[in-house]
Amino acid sequence: MTADQYSSLCIGVTGLNANDNPGPGIAVIRALKAGLGNGIRIVGLSYESMEPGIYMHELVDKTYQIPYPTAGTAALVERLEYIQEKEHLDLIIPNFDSELYNFIRIGPQLQQMGIKTFLPSHGQLALRDKINLGDFGRKHGFNIPADYKLYTIDDLKKATDELMFPLMIKGKFYEAYAAYTMDQAVKSFHQLGAAWGYPVIAQQLIRGTEINIAALGDGNGANISIIPMRKLYITDKGKAWAGVTIEDPKLIALADNFARATNWRGGYELEIMCDADDNLFILEINPRFPAWIYLTAAAGQNQPEALVKMAFGETLTPFTEYQVGKLFIRYSWDHVVDIADFQQISALGEL
Amino acid sequence: MTIFTKTPEPADPVIMKIKKNIATSENGFIFNPATGDSFSGNAIASAIILAMKNGDTEAQIKQSILAQYEVTAEQLNRDWDDWILQLKEANLLEF
Repeated sequence: MTADQYSSLCIGVTGLNANDNPGPGIAVIRALKAGLGNGIRIVGLSYESMEPGIYMHELVDKTYQIPYPTAGTAALVERLEYIQEKEHLDLIIPNFDSELYNFIRIGPQLQQMGIKTFLPSHGQLALRDKINLGDFGRKHGFNIPADYKLYTIDDLKKATDELMFPLMIKGKFYEAYAAYTMDQAVKSFHQLGAAWGYPVIAQQLIRGTEINIAALGDGNGANISIIPMRKLYITDKGKAWAGVTIEDPKLIALADNFARATNWRGGYELEIMCDADDNLFILEINPRFPAWIYLTAAAGQNQPEALVKMAFGETLTPFTEYQVGKLFIRYSWDHVVDIADFQQISALGEL
Repeated sequence: MTIFTKTPEPADPVIMKIKKNIATSENGFIFNPATGDSFSGNAIASAIILAMKNGDTEAQIKQSILAQYEVTAEQLNRDWDDWILQLKEANLLEF
């Protein structure tokens, strides 16, 4: 494909919830426009009417609501067939952990509809799951904090005996809370179980410096891009509100080891804690681009753009350089729209 | 009984090395690209770090400070120890 052909692509993007716990969609779109130009057409795929990206018409040309992952793949395919008739999507970039299973599963159907993806396999998705992370680390020699799967309060008691306080109590898909007492742990266990299902995970709390790595695996055991970022300002939900690109060969080696161990295909994020002795612990592995992904473009390695090219079969030379000391600071903004827009997406499921 | 004492060898000039990749600016801003840590120093901190990055020895730097500022050698030595401690704590020194 030539550069000109990329410039007129129609790309579907999920994760338009640019709120205080942001999905990556808006950052992905911003990077795509920075890399491929403003000629591309962006079709937002939303779940709820209050996702801010739906109303950001300078970035998102048109948005369609799609069924929640729990509705299953048949409902998703049906909705995407409708969207495809109107939009002629070339590619979809899903950005939520919870929707990936379905998008991977319908990959062949999407291909038949003329829609490309660049995603990991179900096997790759499963091995980095929070539930399997400890086993994965032990098998491949990664430092992972000790953890315990919690299905009942009895499990929580056993976990606290084994791991001791303080602990991180983590939801199956999202959210995590530090617990310093049994009361706090019980509250988080019930709250996260109700929100995301079971098991809830208790994880040893490691203190240190929080670092995230955004990377793009080629599916053959190598990374095309790796950008490490030190969190500089962290919200009460543990999200980076500001961060800076850093340079440490150990972090690059860690991401390369991960790609080699998994043959990861697509974007991913390693959440790292560097303790006082410089040990790198992997706290989580997110199977998609992070919400701060635009920083990769700003630092010289535009990962969403590279993913698009790889989805179209282009063989890319791995990036080797990026700007260290590139800093992002997120901000909030009151975007004002007419109630008619809200009415339309709510009533008709498209805007 | 004969006691042999080893004659001390001439001491090597002490060079405390700042990590090579530490970025500094004229206004005293110090950035460690390996960790993302940043620090604000005053003009003299900035000048000392620049001298250390250039490979100047402890004696050379102290001599330069004594020539430029009204400070006794004793006070400077105390301040220097404190300075090195701060650099160590900030993880800016190369070992």
